[in-house]
Amino acid sequence: MSEAVSFLNGAEATHNGVTVRDAGPVGMVTLRGDLSAAKLKTAVKKITGQPVPGVRKSTVTGGKGACWMSPDELLIVVPHAEAAAAVAELESALAGGHFMAVNVSDARACLTLSGGVAAREVLAKIAPVDLSTAAFGAGDFRRTRMAQVAGAFWLDDAETFHVVCFRSVGHYVFGLLENGAKAGPVGVLA
Amino acid sequence: MSTRLSNGGRLVNKAKPVEFQFNGKRMKGYEGDTLASALLANDQMLVGRSFKYHRPRGIVASGGEEPNALVNLGQGGKFEPNQRVTTTELFDGLYATSQNHWPSLEFDVGAINTHFARFLPAGFYYKMFMFPRPFWKHVYEPFIRQSAGLGKAPKERDSDTYEHFYHFTDVLVIGGGIAGLAAALEAAQSGLKVTIFEQTHHWGGRAVVDGAEIDGKPADDWVKDTVQTLEGMENVTIRARTMGAGVYDHGYVLGYERLTDHCPDQDGPRHRLWRIRATQIITATGAIERPLSFAGNDIPGVMLAAALRDYVVNWGVSIGDRTVVVTNNDDAYRTAIALVDAGLSVPAIIDARTDGAGPLADAARAKGIRVEMGKGIAKVKGGKRVEGVAICLQAGEGAVIEEIKCDAVAMSGGWSPVVHLWSHCGGKLIWDEAQAMFRPDPSRAPTGDKGQPFVAAAGTANGNLRTAAVLEDAVAQAKAAVKAAGGKPKAGKAPAGSDAEEGAISPVWLMPQGAPIQLRMKSWLDFQNDVKVSDVQLAAREGFESVEHAKRYTTLGMATDQGKLSNINGLAILSDALDQAIPQTGTTTFRPPYTPISMGAIGGEARDELFQPIRKTPMHGWHEANGADFEPVGHWRRPYAFVRSGESVHDAVMREVKNTRRNLGLLDASTLGKLIVKGPDAGKFLDMMYTNMMSTLKPGKCRYGLMCNENGFLIDDGVVARIDEDTFLCHTTTGGAERIHAWMEDWLQCEWWDWKVYVTNATEQFAQVAVVGPNARKVLEKLGGMDVSKESIAFMEWKDGQIGGFNARVYRISFSGELSYEIAVPASQGRAFWDALLAAGEEFGVMPYGTECLHIMRAEKGFIMIGDETDGTVIPQDLNMEWAISKKKEDYLGKRAQERSYMASPDRWKLVGLETLDGSVIPDGAYAPAPGDNANGQRNVQGRVTSTYFSPTLGRGIAMGLVHKGPDRMGDVIEFTKGDGTFVKAKIVDQVFYDKDGEKQNV
Repeated sequence: MSEAVSFLNGAEATHNGVTVRDAGPVGMVTLRGDLSAAKLKTAVKKITGQPVPGVRKSTVTGGKGACWMSPDELLIVVPHAEAAAAVAELESALAGGHFMAVNVSDARACLTLSGGVAAREVLAKIAPVDLSTAAFGAGDFRRTRMAQVAGAFWLDDAETFHVVCFRSVGHYVFGLLENGAKAGPVGVLA
Repeated sequence: MSTRLSNGGRLVNKAKPVEFQFNGKRMKGYEGDTLASALLANDQMLVGRSFKYHRPRGIVASGGEEPNALVNLGQGGKFEPNQRVTTTELFDGLYATSQNHWPSLEFDVGAINTHFARFLPAGFYYKMFMFPRPFWKHVYEPFIRQSAGLGKAPKERDSDTYEHFYHFTDVLVIGGGIAGLAAALEAAQSGLKVTIFEQTHHWGGRAVVDGAEIDGKPADDWVKDTVQTLEGMENVTIRARTMGAGVYDHGYVLGYERLTDHCPDQDGPRHRLWRIRATQIITATGAIERPLSFAGNDIPGVMLAAALRDYVVNWGVSIGDRTVVVTNNDDAYRTAIALVDAGLSVPAIIDARTDGAGPLADAARAKGIRVEMGKGIAKVKGGKRVEGVAICLQAGEGAVIEEIKCDAVAMSGGWSPVVHLWSHCGGKLIWDEAQAMFRPDPSRAPTGDKGQPFVAAAGTANGNLRTAAVLEDAVAQAKAAVKAAGGKPKAGKAPAGSDAEEGAISPVWLMPQGAPIQLRMKSWLDFQNDVKVSDVQLAAREGFESVEHAKRYTTLGMATDQGKLSNINGLAILSDALDQAIPQTGTTTFRPPYTPISMGAIGGEARDELFQPIRKTPMHGWHEANGADFEPVGHWRRPYAFVRSGESVHDAVMREVKNTRRNLGLLDASTLGKLIVKGPDAGKFLDMMYTNMMSTLKPGKCRYGLMCNENGFLIDDGVVARIDEDTFLCHTTTGGAERIHAWMEDWLQCEWWDWKVYVTNATEQFAQVAVVGPNARKVLEKLGGMDVSKESIAFMEWKDGQIGGFNARVYRISFSGELSYEIAVPASQGRAFWDALLAAGEEFGVMPYGTECLHIMRAEKGFIMIGDETDGTVIPQDLNMEWAISKKKEDYLGKRAQERSYMASPDRWKLVGLETLDGSVIPDGAYAPAPGDNANGQRNVQGRVTSTYFSPTLGRGIAMGLVHKGPDRMGDVIEFTKGDGTFVKAKIVDQVFYDKDGEKQNV
């Protein structure tokens, strides 16, 4: 087995204090099922160490956690090498019920975006999301659109955005973010 | 002549001179000038030519409503046509040229049209250019193209950048006059998020020019204080040079910010398009002064009265030494007073009213200005400039009483509130008889998702023309908006405004009232599109009674200013011609944007590399580095062929086909859709989605399936693999992955919501490689790992395992007719796997191949391709694919549709193979004519080509096509058009040209 290679192989760019980075391989599992079921809650807790996230929330810290994707879908985040094990864990824990667990680690590109308020404004140039500090804080998650492609992101405790999109358009999203950073601040968000 | 005054000009900084060029002439202005004020300061009255008659045109307004003064601005990558000089801020080095004239602005041959004006009435184009028909193409159109059109198309790429910005606010105030500022301050004091936009770079609107007082201070001071307060509030976003362009459903608003138009050398985006969600919107957009319709009102030097005042007060520019003011209301007296105060002469104020003028008239008289009541202008004298006016009785037919020499005319027909933004999303208007204006009807505001009003007009935009009423209304609207947005308005009163009392307006739609046709033909309504009073009256006579019809027939209000000056006057004339009240005629539709916004702003970041997301597989980099000639498939770029040095693309394709059939080919099949369908009802679900029976498929096996829509038409195909009892993996076409995923979710969410099935689009999780050719097994065995023998994994089976150390899922499926393995590995290892196959395959003659090779090989085998053999009107039965349609199933999507008589008709065109008698390749899409003509006099047809290639394997052209009763006509020879008037003969044959028994793929 050769080493996993991410979409831009760790590329990074900084403009006007905003840094965009290919976050490298991240383990991700799409889990669909009844999010209120006890078995599912237990399994999610066991894998991520966190409870099932609330609506439009993320529990990802230190590379582990889950994100709320829809009323019947979570995105489980684990280290890349642990994704297959997480699927197996879910398969056995939820066996007999109606659910779906799919390893989508390689289907996606993960980026980080940091730079405080300026980073918020970069994201607000491409995503129809209220990114003011009052409206979007640490642990908030949004599945949305970024210019012309689907995407999602959450904010961690260190004011870093974690951006997820399909792998095939990772370079496009990287370009969008870099372009927005280059263009400079809007001066609205605080 | 127009010139710079030694005093005045509150907006210009005379310490900072600025140089610019107009039509190659060097001119001087000051920082703070608009291009309009700077041109006027340089006595450049003539700035363009009108659209139809090429009449000389001067600046008529001072803001976004300007219809005439459009220029080509900038050069090279910064060139842009149709820029209004009134909204263009002057900067050093500005370069402008005038538009719509030939050969020069001063002398224009098209101006001859004006002498034939009586032969060019409303609807002229419609009437004239109908006959004789061939004249349109060869005479009329070339002529019109030469003479029409404002501005030039840019020749170079736009060198600027643009961006979008998503913004969320509780209360959005559009307009930075005193109403907007008072409303924003009131709303902001509640603590809600407030945003305020002003389209110009200066705040305060008219009040600061007109000398109103607010809270005992001059308006100017109050405006400065208020702006400063707002700038200091954390909950307020305040932006000048930003226009509210459009209001849409659910509080969606587009704002248009012009960041560097006034300083083009500055870095950063030129324009920013604000995409706003506002809970409540206040439109404090002011009002626009109406022209009066009298003969010669389009001659340069005739200007809106308030604009004349603006040029004197804001920019210290006089339009002429002697200005005649003509009005039907008190406000224009302010212009007369301002001019006299600036040391200029006002020979007369011509007031169409017989009486009723208020204290402003007294003040004018006190300054020694002659006031003529009950009079009008019979005609303006002059050509390229005003030379004088002829005075008549307003109530009469234009008999001249007196001629007054002057070089400027200030006209005012009253004020029309800017109701555009109110109206964009459905706000209705009422006709205010007393003020002679349409104003917003507060009981019929645009409504949101719960039926709640979400737009309120405030101040002058709401029909309040006096300062005190403006401020009271603004604060009241702000308090209501705060409440509606869920906030708590702060207690407190509106700032107190005071200004001069005004007498009532008396509506004047034509001057003089009984103007004969000679005068009406010279009384302009629409200055840019050359629509006169007589044109609208003619339209009414010819039956264009609806205001929307009259607009299109006459082109009234259809120019780039969208009739900001002309619409109300035009519909009043139309109402009069139809003998009906103005509200009965109504207005035309107000559509966004308020004034034109740049294409660049609409495009935002979407240009160059970011124009469109191009999807790339994990192997894309290798393809780029190895001669791939790409073709778009969906948003992917797939290699069409890998071209080696010295080869043509065709050579490469031929080589790839031969090599794959003889040795070993690799195809990057990563783009194929891979949908995972799981759940206890997954089998039942797929039985509905596919025409085939999928529920009986055994785990470990693959089955080719067809998908149809409810109308029975084929929409996708692909191989389904059953992973386990509950789980299927459905391959879709490359372009179909997202579409079919959405299709499945649609049925699961909307129709069969109680079926236990989940779907995930796992397309990009895997890099997939088709390893194809007689040596396919050898290369996999060399890489080592799982057993890939026929015994272990037979044709149409799949297996998980390891190949060369890679975790792999291997499908034994073939779209080429050769021994073939499609191998999926995690995308993060796709490139490494590809490299490993290339290295290991070297001794077996490995060559990657592209989509054209894939197409040829599948056509040799008679396999269909979605999009070639299907076009949205083809059912599986047309393609002789009854074998893929389950007879046992009670239902599947499309089943009933396929039983309709037309679908089941034996007369349908059906798929056959086609072999040209001379071995040539039939042109793609060629039709086979049949004898006779149809009801429309067109040649009958009996079939068409769906796929056609040169087959290097067979050394001849092969094709597939849909032919009337084709399968019953094997061996018949029919003719296909070659597109050059000649035909090619082709024999109808079986569609499988190569290895009909499938021995090669099943080894």
